[in-house]
Amino acid sequence: MTTITSLAPGRRHGAALQIALAVGLTVYVWAFLYAQSQFQVGVLLVLAAVLVPLAKRLGVNRRIEAAALHNPRVGPWCALLGTLALIAAFYDTHYVLLMLCTVMLFTTACLGLTMQFGYVGVANFAGAAFFGIGSYTIAVLAAHTAIPHLLLIVLSGIVSAAIGSILILPVLRTRGHYAALVTIAFGILFRTFVEVNDVLGGPQGLRLPGISMFGFAFNDGLELFDHDVSFYVPYALLSLVICGAAFLLVKTLERSWIGLSMDVVRTDETAAATFGIHIARWKVVAFMLGNFLAGIAGSVYGMMTGFVAPDNFAFSDSLLLVSIVVLGGLGNPVGLVPAAFIVLVLPQKLQFIQEYRFLFYAVVVLAILLFRPDGLLPRTTRLFFGKGASR
Amino acid sequence: MNAQPPLVEVDALTMRFGGLTALDNLSLEVHEGEVLGLLGPNGSGKTTFFNVLTGIYKASAGTIRFNGRPITGLSPQEIYRSGVARTFQRSRLSLPLTVFDNIVIGNYQHLQHGLFFNVFRRAAFRAEYERALEQVRQLLAIFSPPLLERLFEPVGTFSMIDRRRIEVCRALMSSPRLLLLDEPSAGMTHDETHALMDDILEVRGKLPKLSVVLIEHEMNVIERITERCIVFSYGKKIADGTYAEITADPVVQTAYLGEAA
Repeated sequence: MTTITSLAPGRRHGAALQIALAVGLTVYVWAFLYAQSQFQVGVLLVLAAVLVPLAKRLGVNRRIEAAALHNPRVGPWCALLGTLALIAAFYDTHYVLLMLCTVMLFTTACLGLTMQFGYVGVANFAGAAFFGIGSYTIAVLAAHTAIPHLLLIVLSGIVSAAIGSILILPVLRTRGHYAALVTIAFGILFRTFVEVNDVLGGPQGLRLPGISMFGFAFNDGLELFDHDVSFYVPYALLSLVICGAAFLLVKTLERSWIGLSMDVVRTDETAAATFGIHIARWKVVAFMLGNFLAGIAGSVYGMMTGFVAPDNFAFSDSLLLVSIVVLGGLGNPVGLVPAAFIVLVLPQKLQFIQEYRFLFYAVVVLAILLFRPDGLLPRTTRLFFGKGASR
Repeated sequence: MNAQPPLVEVDALTMRFGGLTALDNLSLEVHEGEVLGLLGPNGSGKTTFFNVLTGIYKASAGTIRFNGRPITGLSPQEIYRSGVARTFQRSRLSLPLTVFDNIVIGNYQHLQHGLFFNVFRRAAFRAEYERALEQVRQLLAIFSPPLLERLFEPVGTFSMIDRRRIEVCRALMSSPRLLLLDEPSAGMTHDETHALMDDILEVRGKLPKLSVVLIEHEMNVIERITERCIVFSYGKKIADGTYAEITADPVVQTAYLGEAA
């Protein structure tokens, strides 16, 4: 890693800007999660609605984008430290930690969908089913085997990818909307299957034991420096590790010949074939890897909530995942995080307006897509090794 | 006539789409290092011939031999690897991707696409990336130096002529033995066409062994850069010779202008 002293003044200035943004965002998210009253949430929403266009007008956006190109390593570290700070700040608040974990795990699943939909162009409307396969797999295996849970999490991802592979043939034979229909059918099939299957608990679902790792049962909770720490904290840390690793994988793939090949397959299959690209191969790789990530996220989510049931993996849940992917900016992993917050946390925070909250939420989503048709953070062009390396 | 065996031998090639015969018992040869023009009225089967040659369509009958090896029935990927590259009549670039992305993919066969290599061996990947970048730069330096300045901008922001240049560079990236250009002047102004022809002649000068087959409607383009021409009409070859020979051919005149009154 480059040390700060070796950076040019411009780069150092850019890094300072990035860190300032990270601190600001962390404080904002903290305030948002902390806010109890409708007045506080309202003020924060208005603040965002004012600050975001203002920053754009003042050209702050462009300077941050430029800084991110010059210091590609600052952003990920800021995100990691910011999330750790949030986990620390809410160490004893179950409810907030549950929301943070949900955002991180859904982001992980959406990273998989980004590979499928954003890179290679296969829309997967059965994301919740693959998430669910992960949950059910770990539920069954944790109850009936003594395999270490860390291994079970990986295994759940593999099972999810393997079951998804029965879809490969129909998905490869169809394109666009038709391939999407295939996945919708699979999603409905999965839900019906677990609903009528008594071994898997039927409509009532299954209980899960909670994760134990390295001789430590997550659900026992723990005490640090005379403070009771929520049992969600270890889950949050595990989710952070998984989400971070998934980010790294997806971003690395994007900045490789594989990401490039996938992009060419998505934009023009005929041209791709003419230049020797194996279309089926990259569709299969993206589809399997994507379902693997969804399965992993599902397994941890299931262990955390202690319960899986068919109703959690309905078509509407798959739509939720797809809407996060599209709202964030198709193909941009970073956009998934704010999108996941808006889709998952905002309705929770708007409970005070009762039944109107989904109306309000729908208006927010429509407004975002009206003013930013390419999503919150549209994908930028690929630079394999940041700006410094390309010149 | 050339003493060497021809690079491409097409024998009795037929392509039917339902009741329509797009290519009818077509036989022709392309020699190493020559620039061959394909002419013919709209719908005479020129682009269909390219699509069969590159494996996008499967021929109904007949054979194509490339470099002595039969390639009829091979996949587009296999034909690409044997040394055939092309451009398209309607530009088929990936518009959201950068100039670099679009050109470097032309060399797909020499890029390592293993999952492990791309994800975990980043130092080795970077070395390969730097080599590819240098290769793209060299190609652009010969062919279109102004594009070097905009190497990492999305192709969608470029003019038609630049997109054509990028497409030709993508095709040349794999060092093919046969380059197929499908109406390179389509949709361009007179001056742009002229500039593109200069570029193609430049490539010819640098790569004397490269064979080029060019579909074109602009007769002055054909006259200027081709050494031999083949005229198609209703999927059949109706003339084969130099520009002067085919333009004097009464059969060709009839195909283009109809029967004399």
